[in-house]
Amino acid sequence: MTTLDLSPAPGAAPLAQMVLAQAGAEIRATLRNGEQLLLTLIIPILLLVGFSKAPFLDVEGPRVDFVAPGVLALAVLSTAFTGQAIATGFERRYGVLKRLGATPLSRTGLMLAKTAAVIVVELLQIVVLVLVALALGWSPHGNPLTVALLVILGTAAFSGLGLLMAGTLRAEATLAGANLVYLLLLALGGVVLPVSAFPESIRPLLEILPITALTDGVRSVLTGVGGFPMGAALVLLSWAVLALAAAARWFRWE
Amino acid sequence: MEDAAVEVRDLVKRYGRVTAVDHLDLRCRRGEVTAVLGPNGAGKTSTIEICEGFRTADSGSVRVLGRAPEDPELKPRIGIMLQSGGVPQAARAGEWLRLVSRFHAHPLDPAALLDRLGLADHARTPYRRLSGGQQQRLGLAAAVIGRPELVFLDEPTAGLDPQARHACWDMVRELRAAGVSVVLTTHHMDEAEKLSDHVVIIDRGRVVAEGSPAELTGAERQLRFRARPGLNLDEVLSALPPGSAAKESPAGHYIIEGQVDPSLLATVTAWCATEGVTTEDLSIERRTLEDVFLELTGRELR
Repeated sequence: MTTLDLSPAPGAAPLAQMVLAQAGAEIRATLRNGEQLLLTLIIPILLLVGFSKAPFLDVEGPRVDFVAPGVLALAVLSTAFTGQAIATGFERRYGVLKRLGATPLSRTGLMLAKTAAVIVVELLQIVVLVLVALALGWSPHGNPLTVALLVILGTAAFSGLGLLMAGTLRAEATLAGANLVYLLLLALGGVVLPVSAFPESIRPLLEILPITALTDGVRSVLTGVGGFPMGAALVLLSWAVLALAAAARWFRWE
Repeated sequence: MEDAAVEVRDLVKRYGRVTAVDHLDLRCRRGEVTAVLGPNGAGKTSTIEICEGFRTADSGSVRVLGRAPEDPELKPRIGIMLQSGGVPQAARAGEWLRLVSRFHAHPLDPAALLDRLGLADHARTPYRRLSGGQQQRLGLAAAVIGRPELVFLDEPTAGLDPQARHACWDMVRELRAAGVSVVLTTHHMDEAEKLSDHVVIIDRGRVVAEGSPAELTGAERQLRFRARPGLNLDEVLSALPPGSAAKESPAGHYIIEGQVDPSLLATVTAWCATEGVTTEDLSIERRTLEDVFLELTGRELR
């Protein structure tokens, strides 16, 4: 039988080590989860290829130039909001958040790890989607740093909304709700269908959705039509502040 | 109080109108195994989870290793095993244990610990595919991997088969030998009797008895025998010294309590002879912890 030295030698690991370990576990869990990959990669790739090739869209210029920015925004939505909400909802339901709360990993450390995991998965998505789009003849313009800023603001807004949902609803309700919101925002938020396709009466409503702000902002930069998309950035910033504050206020760990 | 691992005074916890913990005092000494016994709903888990920092008390004082339970400085120093769950369903056993080990400065080797608890063959098995007993053992492993000073185990052997239960008992004994304080809750009286230095029986949110297993079961002994059901015990009682007691429970099983000495034995066997009763399994025993427990908490189901 193995002998173990059980004599007490307590001590917390350095914060960076704990955060990296937890982020690694979350990334592995995401990449292994089939349903998650469907939302984060397969659907965005299918939409990108389908809407770039098939003549459904009536837009100026090459269709891929319109679709690629929308699909990049969808990738952010799928990981920061849908994936995170569902994963965190079930972690809460199965007592994982409670159990982690009893380890030296603080709640701040856990949130850092979740954020790091979301960003790493988003980078993987962006690399894959950009390669597919380039293969489809995409020619992006604009400043990549502006796109990065919009993606970070969008990530903050969607993470806040996802955590708010996961921390207040039952896991099953979060699962259903997060998928429903994904579909609604995919349809309404200018991802592959231009917002101009909707009746004028509801357009102002659609334009303040975080997904619309992200798709419009990223699209205006990458198609090189305008300067800095201040309106989109402000909408995303407002969503981020409100959603993160609400999540911090109402999130229940058990 | 330097020698207390856990010191609870006048603890009260209410859920709505239900008082789960009702002015409870609890003291667990360092380096000892303390077993908290009680029927379902007695307030065991509420008390333990307040000590673990998961729930807050309505009133009273709680000190764990001399600190408030929510003090983050305590986290590396205590190991916790929940009654169930706490692990992502898809996480593999070995990965989960390695992850928890990465939160600690001087952890045990995860592979050696898995091996020690008979889980080495399941290192790559997702948590949801482990049997209930394997999940429990993984929970125990995660509780001790950080080499804590104090370990809380909430019903550690619930649902375990005999081999796994013995493996868990061995681990508790080794922890104690290594100087770790252990607080465990259990329904198994034999577990409490075998493992613990100190037993606390709680019921309806209060401590109803505490002491070492020997103190609780007392010096008092019983004469037990089996015979045909329905004997008239009043007759034998009248022949016994005052303060003796006799009961038939269940039918055909007789227990005589009191000053169990040779003369009592002679009186009982003489009475059996006059009644023409042949006794079986006549024995003199100490009360078990289970007897004490049922006496204190009653037999009715809750």
